[in-house]
Amino acid sequence: MADQKQIADEELPSTSVIAPGYTFGTVTDQIASVVLTRRTPLFWVTCFAAGFGLLLLLLWCIVLLMAKGVGIWGIKIPVGWGFAITNFVWWIGIGHAGTLISAILLLLNQSWRNSINRFAEAMTLFAVACAGMFPLLHMGRPWLFYWMFPYPNTMGVQPQFRSPLVWDVFAVSTYATVSLLFWFVGLIPDLATLRDRTSNRLARAVYGILAMGWRGSARHWSNHEMASLLLAGLATPLVLSVHTVVSFDFTIAIVPGWHSTFFPPYFVAGAIYSGFAMVLVLAIPLRKVYGLEGLITDRHLENSAKVMLATGLIVAYAYILETFTAWYSGNVYENAAIWHRMTGPYAFAYWLLLTCNIASPQVLWFKKVRGSPLLLFIASLVVLVGMWLERFVIIVSSLAQDFLISSWRIFTPTRWDWATYAGTIGLFTFLFFAFIRLLPMISIFEVRTLLPQAKVKEEAQ
Amino acid sequence: MTKPPIYGVMAEFESPGSLVNAAREARARGYRKMEAYTPFPIEELTEALHIPKSKLPLIVLIGGILGGLTGYLMQYYVTVIYFPINIGGRPLHSWPMYIVITFELTVLFAAISATFGLLALCGLPMPYHPVFNVPRFALASRNRFFLCIEAGDPMFERQATEDFLESLDAREVSEVAH
Repeated sequence: MADQKQIADEELPSTSVIAPGYTFGTVTDQIASVVLTRRTPLFWVTCFAAGFGLLLLLLWCIVLLMAKGVGIWGIKIPVGWGFAITNFVWWIGIGHAGTLISAILLLLNQSWRNSINRFAEAMTLFAVACAGMFPLLHMGRPWLFYWMFPYPNTMGVQPQFRSPLVWDVFAVSTYATVSLLFWFVGLIPDLATLRDRTSNRLARAVYGILAMGWRGSARHWSNHEMASLLLAGLATPLVLSVHTVVSFDFTIAIVPGWHSTFFPPYFVAGAIYSGFAMVLVLAIPLRKVYGLEGLITDRHLENSAKVMLATGLIVAYAYILETFTAWYSGNVYENAAIWHRMTGPYAFAYWLLLTCNIASPQVLWFKKVRGSPLLLFIASLVVLVGMWLERFVIIVSSLAQDFLISSWRIFTPTRWDWATYAGTIGLFTFLFFAFIRLLPMISIFEVRTLLPQAKVKEEAQ
Repeated sequence: MTKPPIYGVMAEFESPGSLVNAAREARARGYRKMEAYTPFPIEELTEALHIPKSKLPLIVLIGGILGGLTGYLMQYYVTVIYFPINIGGRPLHSWPMYIVITFELTVLFAAISATFGLLALCGLPMPYHPVFNVPRFALASRNRFFLCIEAGDPMFERQATEDFLESLDAREVSEVAH
């Protein structure tokens, strides 16, 4: 076998991704112990309780909405979309970073992703769940949601396939399904690890059923690697298509401020921007509380910050372009839409969003800031606020003052708008912390492959 | 054919390298019915055991094509045949508007076939498998590497195979009950 490639002689580029000194055993035990321990940190209890409280608030809002209708929100024609669609676009954008990390970075062979992809994918799933709530609730009669799908019915009508709103139904439901499948496929080997590690009979039964008899045989792995690669290849165009289709909801309409061709890339960049901000907001406290600094290292935070900076600059370019095209179009309505944004009733939101999304991320140019978890955490929160404001300004300011002055009306959110929004943050927190406690938040088998010992040292024979 | 008294003989290794070498040796000895169990994918092992290329890409391709056809034909059927709406005389077969849903269903069907194809090719769910009868096999999902030569192999001889595996830098060799 002397002609075999001497893998041991090659450079080991991945060694710096996680801290030195780990073995297959310690990596497994450290990640699995977060789930398998009886001890629950106070941080977890606090966050879970807060999430659960807000989830109850969401249920209250939904019950009230069912009883009274969407009139409990501040939406009035012409602003029919209001908070519901703002929150939908914001949440679904946050989900995009998870797919970017798990799919695109896998295809690009960025092995540093291996210790953050699991919880980023979970974040995607829960963010999409929160996003999906809004169009459903916004329908007013959510129990009739199946009308959006084509099925043989006694009414003899069918969805209008030429409408971007119907495309959205397909895009978002496909995205949710594919994200779930991708996440589950990645979980199977780790579920088997938990099955083999736990001493609790109930846990062994549950993880055993979910792992479905995974043995980690070479044939299993060869198929599993192929499946991960194929799913990554499928998820990559999918994730780009989802926010593109979401942006079609706007661009295909003729409302001034919406009707422009650069929305798809602008929305996708904004989605990744806010998604990485959410990844940092979640990763920074988690790694501290669970002592995972050796696995989610400063390099992960720094790389995420760089992605944030890059996408933030794309978003900044889009704001400039948006203003420029409105002026260059010579269209009086387009001009007026931008002018209203800058000086009208939502001027405060507009200038605040520029501060949050363009001005403040510039601090990420400095290595000192990228190396400080606390500053990164704050910067990420600022970006999340900024991206929410962006969605709000695009939707509300464009709708509130469109063509006819006589039909203008200013949108003011009611407390139920705020409560429903806070409620979905609660749902997200609740689901995310349940995930942290019940499933390994870092992909154990993928981290094992990062260890230098994982490289096969061939012996000359 | 009578069932062999045991499922096979299993050797435990401490590093991926020794497992790969053992698999190569066993292959060179003429053993064919064997399987390696590892806590993470090892590329060299696939080649050492001569595992054929995964059939998954073909399954996914078929799934994707079916999804695309479903998406396109569904929209064609609804907008042209079942529920035509004439809007200003525009063509009913407005294919550019079908692209998004055709694409989404292609991805959806392909992803579903990837997942279920993976399970089918791995033979999962499998409620019982003899390798779990070895108590130390629980470490196959942690930090140990196992090679199991199955009793169904024509070369298999209980004692000789055990001795052979012992000679391969194995940490421990044990019999796998049915």
